[in-house]
Amino acid sequence: MNRNDFPMLNQNIIYFDNGATTLKPKCVIDAMSDYYTNYSANAHRGDYDISYKVDVAYENARKNVAEFINADREEVVFTSGTTESLNMIVSGFFANLLEPGDEVLITRSEHASNVLPWFRLAKTNGIIIKYIELNDHYEVTMESLLSSFTNRTKVVSLAHATNVVGDVRPIKEIAKFVHANDAFLVVDGAQSVPHMKTDVKYLDCDFLAFSLHKMCGPTGVGVLYGKKELLESLIPTNLGGGMNESFDSIDEVVLKELPLRLEAGTQNIAGVIGASSAIDYLNSIGIDNIHAREVELKNYLVSKLERIDHVNIVNPYGESGIVAFTVDDVFAQDVAYYLNKYHICVRAGNHCAKILKNEIGVKNTVRISLYFYNTKEEIDKLVSLLSDKERIIREMI
Amino acid sequence: MDNNMKREIILDNYSHPTNKTSDGTEGYIKVNSNSESCIDNIDLYIKIEDNIIKDIKFDGEACAISTASTSIMIKNMIGSTIDEAMSMIENFDNMLNEREYDDTNLNEAIVFDETYKQGNRKTCVTLPYTGIKKVLESYKK
Ligand SMILES: Cc1ncc(COP(=O)(O)O)c(C=O)c1O
Repeated sequence: MNRNDFPMLNQNIIYFDNGATTLKPKCVIDAMSDYYTNYSANAHRGDYDISYKVDVAYENARKNVAEFINADREEVVFTSGTTESLNMIVSGFFANLLEPGDEVLITRSEHASNVLPWFRLAKTNGIIIKYIELNDHYEVTMESLLSSFTNRTKVVSLAHATNVVGDVRPIKEIAKFVHANDAFLVVDGAQSVPHMKTDVKYLDCDFLAFSLHKMCGPTGVGVLYGKKELLESLIPTNLGGGMNESFDSIDEVVLKELPLRLEAGTQNIAGVIGASSAIDYLNSIGIDNIHAREVELKNYLVSKLERIDHVNIVNPYGESGIVAFTVDDVFAQDVAYYLNKYHICVRAGNHCAKILKNEIGVKNTVRISLYFYNTKEEIDKLVSLLSDKERIIREMI
Repeated sequence: MDNNMKREIILDNYSHPTNKTSDGTEGYIKVNSNSESCIDNIDLYIKIEDNIIKDIKFDGEACAISTASTSIMIKNMIGSTIDEAMSMIENFDNMLNEREYDDTNLNEAIVFDETYKQGNRKTCVTLPYTGIKKVLESYKK
C-alpha cells in the first residue's frame, strides 16, 4: 500500500521495525524542506510576512493534530515525543497532586517512559506503584484491574497498545471505571495512535501521549494531550520565552494561556510542520484502512510463523501489527544479524520493557512491527529465511 | 585463514564455550560487561594469584560472536601475567581498529581480524575485553 510514497523503500530493504520508528513519505520531507527553504523564521514572534506564515503553519498543525484525536486546540501541546509528554504529566501534574501512600497502577509490559517517571515519584513523593496482573496472553482485563484497584488508587497509567506484546487495552471501559472511582487515567498512545482510530472524547482518557515519528512524521515531535481543566494545573517544567505574558519581578510573572504556556522556547517548527503533513498523509489513506491492513498482515504473518516448529510466538492474539518471537537455541540478536544479511530490519532485545521478562519467561525476543506499507511478499521472504534453523545458525555469524 | 575456517572456530566456541559457568567462583573477582548498543550481558569471574591470572569463568546471555570472543579470550589469558594480559588486550584492540598488531600470540582470536569491517559487531567482539580490562587496571593500582 502506498509504497511509492516512501523514498526509503527504493533501497533494497525490508523494514519491519515500525514500532521503533516509521519511514517518512516524501510529502513530509518536502514540507520540512519547504519550511527551511522558503519561510524559515521563528513562530509567535515576527511582525513580517514569513514569520506570520510560520505562525499560521504552526497553529494549523496544532488544529490538524487536535482533529486527528478529536481534542480541542488548546488541549494539544507539542513536545519532543512520548517520553517528554509522559515526564511532563508525571512531574508537572501528578507530582503536585499525589500524597505519600497514594497508589499508581501500571503493568509490567509498560515502556520505560511509563515506568521510570513513576519510579522517581515513588522515591520523591512516597507514592506506591502497583502492577495490574496480566492474564495468560499478557493482557489487561477488567477483572485484574478491579482486583488491583484500592481506595488509595489515584492514577492508572497504561499503554493503549504495548510495544512488545502488541496487546490492545480496553481503554474506554477502563476510563469509565477509573473515573467512577475518582482516579485519573493516563494513556501512552505511542503504539496506538499511529495504528488505530483514537478519539480522546470517546475514550475519555485524562492524558494521552504519543510520538509523530512513529506515524510517518519527523523525529523530535510528540504530543501531550490533556483535558483542559487538568492542563490548567500542569506546572510548566520549562520556563522562558514564548510562554509568559509579562514579568517585572519575581512576584509579577504572568504566564500565557494554554497551550503556549507549556511550550517554552523556540519549538521544533520544522518538525511540527512535518508532523502536520504526516497527519494529512495518514488521513488521506484513512486510519481505519491502515488498521485493517495491519491486522490482515499480522494474521498472515502469525499463520505462517505458527507452522515453523522452532519459532515460538509470544503473542499471536493482539489486534496490532506487533509480533514478538524467539527461535529455539538461537539468541535473539543473532536472529537479527542473520536477517540483516538479507536486508531485513528487525529489532532484538527487551524493547525497553525490562520488567516484562519475568512475565514472559524470556529476556530477549525478536520483534516484527508492521505498518501499512509492508507486504505479504516481504513476510514470505522473512518466513522462508526463518524456516531453516540450521541455516540461521550457519549464517548468523 | 579462510572464512569457513573462521566460522567453524566461532561456532565451536559458541556451542562449547570455555568455562561458561559461575559454579566454583567463590573468591573470584566478578565484573559485569554489557553493551548499550546490543543486548549482550555477561559476568566475568577472574582469579588472580601472584600477579598471574589463574582462572577465568563467565556466565550470562550473549550473541554468538560475543560468546565465542569471550571463550577465546579466556583460553588465551589463563596462565598469563597481568602485564601480558594487558598487552593482549591492547594488541587485540589494535587489530580491531586497523592499527599495527602482532599476530603471533592471538591464537584463535585471529578469527576476528576482519571484524573492523562490521561496525555493528565490534562491540560484540570487544565485550569481554572491556570487562576484564576494568579488573586488571584496578588490580594493578
Ligand atoms: C509504548 C511506548 N511508549 C513510549 C515510547 C517512547 O517513545 P519516544 O521514544 O518517541 O519518546 C515508545 C517508543 O518506543 C513506546 O513503544
